[in-house]
Amino acid sequence: MPAVSKGDGMRGLAVFISDIRNCKSKEAEIKRINKELANIRSKFKGDKALDGYSKKKYVCKLLFIFLLGHDIDFGHMEAVNLLSSNRYTEKQIGYLFISVLVNSNSELIRLINNAVKNDLGSRNPTFTGLALHCIANVGSREMAEAFAGEIPKILVAGDAMDSVKQSAALCLLRLYRTSPDLVPMGDWTSRVVHLLNDQHLGVVTAAASLITTLAQKNPEEFKTSVSLAVSRLSRIVTSASTDLQDYTYYFVPAPWLSVKLLRLLQCYPPPEDPAVRGRLTECLETILNKAQEPPKSKKVQHSNAKNAVLFEAISLIIHHDSEPNLLVRACNQLGQFLQHRETNLRYLALESMCALASSEFSHEAVKTHIETVISALKTERDVSVRQRAVDLLYAMCDRSNAQQIVAEMLSYLETADYSIREEIVLKVAILAEKYAVDYTWYVDTILNLIRIAGDYVSEEVWYRVIQIVINRDDVQGYAAKTVFEALQAPACHENLVKVGGYILGEFGNLIAGDPRSSPLTQFHLLHSKFHLCSVPTRALLLSTYIKFVNLFPEVKGTIQDVLRSDSQLKNADVELQQRAVEYLRLSTVASTDILATVLEEMPPFPERESSILAKLKKKKGPSTVTDLEEAKRERSADVNGGPEPAPSSTSAASTPSPSADLLGLGAAPPVPTGPPPSAGGLLVDVFSDSPSAVAPLAPGSEDNFARFVCKNNGVLFENQLLQIGLKSEFRQNLGRMFIFYGNKTSTQFLSFTPTLICSDDLQANLSLQTKPVDPTVDGGAQVQQAVNIECVSDFTEAPVLNIQFRYGGTFQNVSVKLPITLNKFFQPTEMASQDFFQRWKQLSNPQQEVQNIFKAKHPMDTEITKAKIIGFGSALLEEVDPNPANFVGAGIIHTKTTQIGCLLRLEPNLQAQMYRLTLRTSRETVSQRLCELLSEQF
Amino acid sequence: MQFMLLFSRQGKLRLQKWYVPLSDKEKKKITRELVQTVLARKPKMCSFLEWRDLKIVYKRYASLYFCCAIEDQDNELITLEIIHRYVELLDKYFGSVCELDIIFNFEKAYFILDEFLLGGEVQETSKKNVLKAIEQADLLQEKTEHVSARVSLGVRKRTRICAGVLTCIKM
Repeated sequence: MPAVSKGDGMRGLAVFISDIRNCKSKEAEIKRINKELANIRSKFKGDKALDGYSKKKYVCKLLFIFLLGHDIDFGHMEAVNLLSSNRYTEKQIGYLFISVLVNSNSELIRLINNAVKNDLGSRNPTFTGLALHCIANVGSREMAEAFAGEIPKILVAGDAMDSVKQSAALCLLRLYRTSPDLVPMGDWTSRVVHLLNDQHLGVVTAAASLITTLAQKNPEEFKTSVSLAVSRLSRIVTSASTDLQDYTYYFVPAPWLSVKLLRLLQCYPPPEDPAVRGRLTECLETILNKAQEPPKSKKVQHSNAKNAVLFEAISLIIHHDSEPNLLVRACNQLGQFLQHRETNLRYLALESMCALASSEFSHEAVKTHIETVISALKTERDVSVRQRAVDLLYAMCDRSNAQQIVAEMLSYLETADYSIREEIVLKVAILAEKYAVDYTWYVDTILNLIRIAGDYVSEEVWYRVIQIVINRDDVQGYAAKTVFEALQAPACHENLVKVGGYILGEFGNLIAGDPRSSPLTQFHLLHSKFHLCSVPTRALLLSTYIKFVNLFPEVKGTIQDVLRSDSQLKNADVELQQRAVEYLRLSTVASTDILATVLEEMPPFPERESSILAKLKKKKGPSTVTDLEEAKRERSADVNGGPEPAPSSTSAASTPSPSADLLGLGAAPPVPTGPPPSAGGLLVDVFSDSPSAVAPLAPGSEDNFARFVCKNNGVLFENQLLQIGLKSEFRQNLGRMFIFYGNKTSTQFLSFTPTLICSDDLQANLSLQTKPVDPTVDGGAQVQQAVNIECVSDFTEAPVLNIQFRYGGTFQNVSVKLPITLNKFFQPTEMASQDFFQRWKQLSNPQQEVQNIFKAKHPMDTEITKAKIIGFGSALLEEVDPNPANFVGAGIIHTKTTQIGCLLRLEPNLQAQMYRLTLRTSRETVSQRLCELLSEQF
Repeated sequence: MQFMLLFSRQGKLRLQKWYVPLSDKEKKKITRELVQTVLARKPKMCSFLEWRDLKIVYKRYASLYFCCAIEDQDNELITLEIIHRYVELLDKYFGSVCELDIIFNFEKAYFILDEFLLGGEVQETSKKNVLKAIEQADLLQEKTEHVSARVSLGVRKRTRICAGVLTCIKM
């Protein structure tokens, strides 16, 4: 290379750069720059026309100033002038300035586009190259409008030079990324696919990038690329290291191209053609084999390039998730990397293994590396590697190793970096809950969490432990004893006081028989922490105290004294003062019976997705946890206790909620939000003895509810007195339901009042209209009630139907969940296989997909399954899935505001008696809800 | 790839290339944040880190840090080798490149990068082909320029970024 070419003679520029570098202070630098800017401005404004060289020099100086971090607001025009210079270097500098500094100044864009157009059509390929680089660098919408139609022609022109083709391919890629609507698909697409066969590996490399991006959006159109990519890949991996000349990089043949081809194949399912599939499997095996060969060079570049291809191959194996043999080999290979001396490889192995852990074929193989991963957690010096180890432990956790993994995470937590503590806390809490066989272990784990990392235990975590203790009566005594003991510690975290206060308020009586934890001792223990706590915790403790008044009449006097003290009754905080006043009053005026009713033990909480799981998802971003979580959810359903569904509403006043939204009760229908016990209005119902409280859901209501997901007519509820039948029809976003109330006795029902109850959330999304029915129902008679339904937007909960009436002097109160579910607003859509997969790919955003793997609850009968999918409302698409055992469906959910396209795929595994259900819709909440509903059906 | 940054051990930005549209303000913010994060990392640490929803791949060559932001599904190791190949190209072109070459000939550094990467994707991986393209351009320039002389870099100490064996210098 001639030395002269290394500077291009702009002495003035070099001097200026030297000056800047010699500046001793920031101020001096700014001064020098301002001087230069003034100089350039005067030159540009001056009467004397500047020659090309000076223009180039000044533009270059401006560029340098900009790159130093200063704003530049002039010189654009001069740069544009340089574009039309016929001197190459001037043109080049003009283009550089434009690509670094261009903004959407419409006047200039037109001028720039003109110049670009000229160069694009130039016979000099170097000029064409410059123009293409400029389009790719700027990539604005205006450029796309001007050139998106032109570039495909350049790309597939027979006589184009290789370098021009390469630039054109990537230029088009950039335009497609910014303005996909402006890049028309057409004849050129098939010719682009054939560039994968081009002799020039550089052209293939550039084309592979373009095709990958296009195929993600239009899989059908680029389907032929699969076999071409496989054969190209096969030729590369089997070539000797010298065959590809300059495309061999440190003895690795075409690593960049290999990685790109493997990426392209990840846009598609495993090839259907057995020959192609066999060839691909061979390639993947060869890549795995090569990993075992001794290195051809000691240079890190050699091993990096080789392993880059290997990791991409493993990604493809995981993506296909269909060859158990390859998956296990991949896992073993990664296992070797876990102990490699290169930190980078350990990091990547941990990361890749996380994905392998969620495949049913390799989950067990991943688990065998548990000790290595645990030791990584303890010994890695780089926090980002330790973070990967935590992720992997979380991913490989199941019932068999949960105790060990949770114990290790807890012990790591003691020394963990602050930046990842909260995440570890969430993970421990989730695993402990999910895999608890023995709930005493769960309680111990959470209390340990609070002890070790109390500050990082978010509200969701301690809410959840209370939900679980309340829902499981086998653990309540143990929980009370354990929190009591934990509270003995001289310094304990405020979160422990909260949990302790809540649990003792509910279940303190279970340990009160032991003189060491007598009611008075419990009270004194809690009250000794009172003054150190924040207002919300104090408010919670006050509720505990009033609960004690009910549980332990013997401490009533002591507690009343505390409530009566000035520090409570005259507390500056309104909430505390109000609680003290009301609780004191309540304890004074209410009879034992009323106290017992008002302060009754908390009813079980409704079963729902763990709020901590939601938090982890939010924290990590949807992409990283969703799949894993869904796959694991199968075992988490039993956490909330017995098969009985929990009542979603209760006599409201029995809730000693320390704050309005404790446990996110906003979802429970009739409880108005607001500080619950302190609002006097809520207590009235109890005092007035009017039986207006809504009954808990009738037993079996949940099962009946599930039966109606795939059908519209039938008996919803029946006991000795009453039968409730349903008949309904739905069209688009509207529906009409007839509810039949049958009196099975020979006696009249009086004051017969059915009420539909929707939570605020539900009300906003689902509108129900109905007329009251006749308040008397004669013996043996049936009355009918029509409900008009409109789906405004997608919704998750179901309305509750509450029926109250008098029968022979006794008051009857029944609640059932009314089966109005989101899938009722489905309209089936028939589509061909190619359309299905095209749409499937379009919905590839991780938020759009929800997956659930679950055990079959009913015999796995194909015909019944088909009937259920049709009953669910979607179209059942035959001969779409390459595997005939799978079921796929498609439909559109109609709501008033929008229509949501939904695709579903159900993969039965007869051997394991399991299903995998995948929902893809354009809206996360819809995918979620439909998946929940449909999972319950099989 | 979403962007590539070159900066010195003192945190001075030497080259920036953005493949996604961002405002100048955002660019400055990202640069500040990343330079700080990367400079704070110790040698021997892993070359990859998660940052926002991107993956950062970086490597230090003598006094210069090369730092790329890639997307979730992109390959980290091959990105490390993209960096290395770029360093090799600079080295070959300037003849044992040092930080000063990139400062004084920043426009050349950009031209070489454009031949190698376009729109954030690898355009040409053959060292020969990339350099041939740059050479051709330089020839065009010689035909049209009368004056051309290598800019003197003074008597400053030249620290090679890239030794002949091209090993990454780790402290």
